[in-house]
Amino acid sequence: LAKCTFFISHLTFSDILYCDENVCVCVQTTIMAVEFDGGVVMGADSRTTTGAYIANRVTDKLTPIHERIFCCRSGSAADTQAIADAVTYQLGFHSIELDEAPLVQTAASLFRDMCYRYREELMAGIIVAGWDRRRGGQVYTVPVGGMMTRQPVSVGGSGSSYIYGFVDSNYKPAMSKEECLKFTAEALTLAMERDGSSGGVVRLAVISEQGVERQVILGNQLPKFSTV
Amino acid sequence: MALSYVLEPAVSGFNFENSTRNIVLENGSEEGKIKAPKPMKTGTTIAGVVYKDGVVLGADTRATSDEVVADKMCAKIHYIAPNIYCCGAGTAADTEKTTDMLSSNLTIFSMNSGRNPRVVMAVNILQDMLFRYRGMIGAHLILGGVDCTGSHLYTVGPYGSIDKVPYLAMGSGKLPAMGILEDRFKGNMDLEEAKALVSDAIHAGIMSDLGSGNNIDLCVITKEGVDYIRPHRESIYNYKRQAKYKYKPGTTPVLTKTVNQLELELVHETVQMMETAGSS
Repeated sequence: LAKCTFFISHLTFSDILYCDENVCVCVQTTIMAVEFDGGVVMGADSRTTTGAYIANRVTDKLTPIHERIFCCRSGSAADTQAIADAVTYQLGFHSIELDEAPLVQTAASLFRDMCYRYREELMAGIIVAGWDRRRGGQVYTVPVGGMMTRQPVSVGGSGSSYIYGFVDSNYKPAMSKEECLKFTAEALTLAMERDGSSGGVVRLAVISEQGVERQVILGNQLPKFSTV
Repeated sequence: MALSYVLEPAVSGFNFENSTRNIVLENGSEEGKIKAPKPMKTGTTIAGVVYKDGVVLGADTRATSDEVVADKMCAKIHYIAPNIYCCGAGTAADTEKTTDMLSSNLTIFSMNSGRNPRVVMAVNILQDMLFRYRGMIGAHLILGGVDCTGSHLYTVGPYGSIDKVPYLAMGSGKLPAMGILEDRFKGNMDLEEAKALVSDAIHAGIMSDLGSGNNIDLCVITKEGVDYIRPHRESIYNYKRQAKYKYKPGTTPVLTKTVNQLELELVHETVQMMETAGSS
């Protein structure tokens, strides 16, 4: 499929130190996903930047890969869109062959394979999350470089550095869906306050056996924190 | 110790490091006054807006080659399909060829499948191609069109990233144009409002960007058809020629004339009949 031919190109990144005023469109961002009993909650901000210009202030970084598997994208917009398209195709094909809904781990492995094999050419940090019948809600993180690991809560993107403390101190295992939604919204808001590359609205998605529920929290409706 | 070959990352925001140096240079001693060099840009302002019944695309018409305006009336809104048009910013040759190839591919697809092409198809094909060339094709495109699924407006970046939004501006004049769009865009505008908005956005780009200028072209795409208004608004600076620049034959005196006949020998002659089907 034409989408998958990008790996045939034999240009390595070191050949092209192509620094232009128009830097590549980046999804420097804050993304997050949390497991709860019965599903996952995923969240992302909505800012895409080209250098200092915000190319899209209402980006949707939560990309559907399959019916109950989504991914959060961070890094280069072009790279992550291409990888997500390629994995969507591969997973769809796999699911049709199997005649069964695919596992979240399969999707994460496909992302990992691609991100690791082309690690020199790609800049992509991805969080894969979803629900399947075998293991329920799962979150897998595939950061830049192509590692894959399952975590109950995962944050990523440039804004994640500012909220590790908040996440570590406020995460409790066995939270309910509503608690997870509040936790994610607050964490993303805090990151967006401090990180210049994150901002806009907060997009949330809840994936469970029942399906996918999507929400948008507009800028003026974000939780408020008092600043000293 | 700083290494001499380390590449410095691009810094965002305005950089005023050289302002004091420039002031000193410009106000230098009598012999040493140095004039600041003219800024060089290759520029465009293109914009698009989704309105109630379809899509309005707009573009300026200036093509620059360094400091000279190479084409005062160049067409930046390219035909892709009867219901899809594309504005191109960036390297002119790249946008031309890319949109040409896309248009050909979509026509072949239409003929093969018997379907009208959809905007999302055009976008996917562009994204494939630009991603494969890893940003080497400098095409920043705004694609707009109306198909059976509705009105759509997409932007495709040179690295292959796409964004689907209701209003957009691209090119070197995108910042002022975006300002106008952000201020006055509303959902479900009617035609005249949308045309005025896009026209004003391009106008802002023309006024505030050196690389954009001359006239404003508009292209209105609806379910019923396409209205390509070229130009929608003409530049107030009309470049009317002040004198006749045609020279009468005989203006340049002919001093000598030498005629060399080429000796051509007919070596071989073949005739190939074209096969035209009698009935089809």
